[in-house]
Amino acid sequence: MTAVPFIILLLAAIVGYAINIQAARAIRSGGDRLHSLEHFHGLFSLLLVVVPALTLVLIWLALQGSIVDGLVMSSLPSGVLDGLGSGQIQLIGAEIRSIAGGRIFGTPENWKLEAADRLLGYRQASGWLLVTVVTLMSLGLIFFARSKVAAEFRARQGVERITLWLMIFCAVVAIFTTVGIVAALTFETLKFFQRVPVTEFLFGLNWEPQIPIREDQIAAEGAFGAVPVFLGTIVIATVALLIAVPVGLFTAIYLNEFSPTSIRNVVKPILEILAGVPTVVYGFFAILVVAPAIRQFGQSIGVEVASNTALAAGGVMGIMLIPFISSFADDALSAVPRSLRDGALALGATRGEMMLNVLFPAAIPGIVGGILLAVSRAIGETMIVVMAAGLIARMTINPLDSVTAVTVQIVTLLIGDTSFDNPKTLAAFALGMMLFIATLVINVFALRIVRKYREIYD
Amino acid sequence: MFDTPHSAIDERLSDTKIAAKKVQVFYGDTHAIKDVDINIQPRSVTAFIGPSGCGKSTFLRCLNRMNDTIDICRVEGEITIDGEDIYDPKVDPVQLRAKVGMVFQKPNPFPKSIYDNIAYGPRIHGLAKNKAELDEIVSSSLQKAGLWNEAKDRLDEPGTGLSGGQQQRLCIARAIAVNPEVILMDEPCSALDPIATAKVEELIDELRTNYTIVIVTHSMQQAARVSQRTAFFHLGILVEEGLTQDIFTNPQDKRTQDYITGRFG
Ligand SMILES: Nc1ncnc2c1ncn2[C@@H]1O[C@H](COP(=O)(O)OP(=O)(O)O)[C@@H](O)[C@H]1O
Ligand SMILES: [Mg+2]
Repeated sequence: MTAVPFIILLLAAIVGYAINIQAARAIRSGGDRLHSLEHFHGLFSLLLVVVPALTLVLIWLALQGSIVDGLVMSSLPSGVLDGLGSGQIQLIGAEIRSIAGGRIFGTPENWKLEAADRLLGYRQASGWLLVTVVTLMSLGLIFFARSKVAAEFRARQGVERITLWLMIFCAVVAIFTTVGIVAALTFETLKFFQRVPVTEFLFGLNWEPQIPIREDQIAAEGAFGAVPVFLGTIVIATVALLIAVPVGLFTAIYLNEFSPTSIRNVVKPILEILAGVPTVVYGFFAILVVAPAIRQFGQSIGVEVASNTALAAGGVMGIMLIPFISSFADDALSAVPRSLRDGALALGATRGEMMLNVLFPAAIPGIVGGILLAVSRAIGETMIVVMAAGLIARMTINPLDSVTAVTVQIVTLLIGDTSFDNPKTLAAFALGMMLFIATLVINVFALRIVRKYREIYD
Repeated sequence: MFDTPHSAIDERLSDTKIAAKKVQVFYGDTHAIKDVDINIQPRSVTAFIGPSGCGKSTFLRCLNRMNDTIDICRVEGEITIDGEDIYDPKVDPVQLRAKVGMVFQKPNPFPKSIYDNIAYGPRIHGLAKNKAELDEIVSSSLQKAGLWNEAKDRLDEPGTGLSGGQQQRLCIARAIAVNPEVILMDEPCSALDPIATAKVEELIDELRTNYTIVIVTHSMQQAARVSQRTAFFHLGILVEEGLTQDIFTNPQDKRTQDYITGRFG
């Protein structure tokens, strides 16, 4: 049933397109010069039909559920809802809907069965109404578009204007969604800071986000000092970058300047595939391979090593970031004009000297930009650390210790049956906010560097 | 045997700086240079002219082995400089390029200071024992390139901040700084305005007394103004080579004549 309006729309679009093209052709074969090519007349009709009608259908379908529900609830026999709380009323609504869907538990009262019948009736009526409205609207628009076809009608400009508005709309959707997310995050964060002082969160060294289950529990007041959590993220990200930056850079330099074309043609696609591996796979790699290997190596030289070390999580994250850094650095090196390479080589520089003294300095802004973006990926990375890092926040910078990370804490704080208004859950939003601010600052910085450098050679 | 077929005058062995014999160049399957034989005289300017795509740049890049940096490029035949085969496996192209400098079509100063641009070559080849010697090389190179007066007060400023003509003279100074014997120039004035062009041409004329210069140019007037000898290339073949004056006033080959009178190209 829901598909019918869309099918009507599709048909209307095709018909409108065809009719307008035919009409435009007829004008041209009649000897007149068209201002716009035929297919623009067709597209004009298509867009004119699809855009408003599709908008109508989407809005209709979005509102249909709640309007129908409202109608049903207000048509219940008087008295049955008296004295019930909003939660219980919602439950009754849900029960009616499931009866309408054919899932009947026990023996519901008669008025519920009747309400379910009414619900189905309203839904069907709404469906038919929608189909009728869409059909009429499409027909009207097709006729309107057809009536516009004329030799001097500027169909191309019309199409361009509609497309322009569509593009603006899409861009605005993305922006407003982001703004909405940030607003929600900010709101929850502020609620958190009403319960826990900002200073404790920012400077406290103790992270024990428990909350009392019973009022009289002792020593259960949670501690929300986020410093050790951020320290853990920093340790893990540092390990990751210590691995990813040198390896990625050398890979890029090798591929860019020294490798034979045959090797480059093999290695580049492999790196691109690596960049697309889901991070959960890297997580498995960390717990199944890297962490045991590190522990065994530690035992063999007599060093106590935790089972979920920062080294394992950071190391695997570093491997994940290698393709990221190498492709950024490769792009930056390739963007240095060939004439600079030739200039250095023609002076008798070896390829190594040329790379070190000319290419690399010229590419540095791009490379630094890439590294900064890698940093923000490292601190925002979730799956690998959830799988491979620890849960307990410790004030340590020893990579052989178990540390936790901001994203890990966010995940654990939100798991479980806690409601959304206690400090434990709200702390997750505060952590998320901090993470958001940190990555935002780094990204803005990185993009600015990259852009500045682009200006030099283009 | 040292004469090219169309040469107007006799040449003696002692007058040859660069000698090419039966040189072939391929880009993959494209045969870009076919059987080129030429002798280039020391301390003079030789111009390569010809319609674009005829292989002038390709042949020029054979002389300092810059073609080695192009993967698909293959060079056959023999090229000697001072009697030494530059494609001999014993020859290090890096050292060869210190001896045979090159200036490119578009000025390509490094994004470094003017001083560092000039000092780059001497530094990588270890030509200066200390800062004073390096300073001396930088200033004398700039003087030889006629850029000293314009640049002496701004040695620390980036080379890319100079005007196009100044940048090109900076690139010439950069090439001179490593003490080359030969300087190759691939259309060095094609990106410059007429005044900057005149300055560079003047400079080329001065440099002739100390260096062997080979210049590719698409402008016949330029060839006539700066060169003593001219070689005309067409479709990868060296059609005719001789005294510039002879090539322009009395070409032996029909194709040269057509090109010079502007019938193609
Ligand atoms: N890097 C290259 N790869 C493939 N073919 C090339 C390359 N450089 C030049 N060629 C080809 O070699 C021929 C000669 O080019 P070039 O030496 O640049 O001519 P000119 O300098 O006389 O204009 C042309 O057909 C050109 O397409
Ligand atoms: Mg050329």
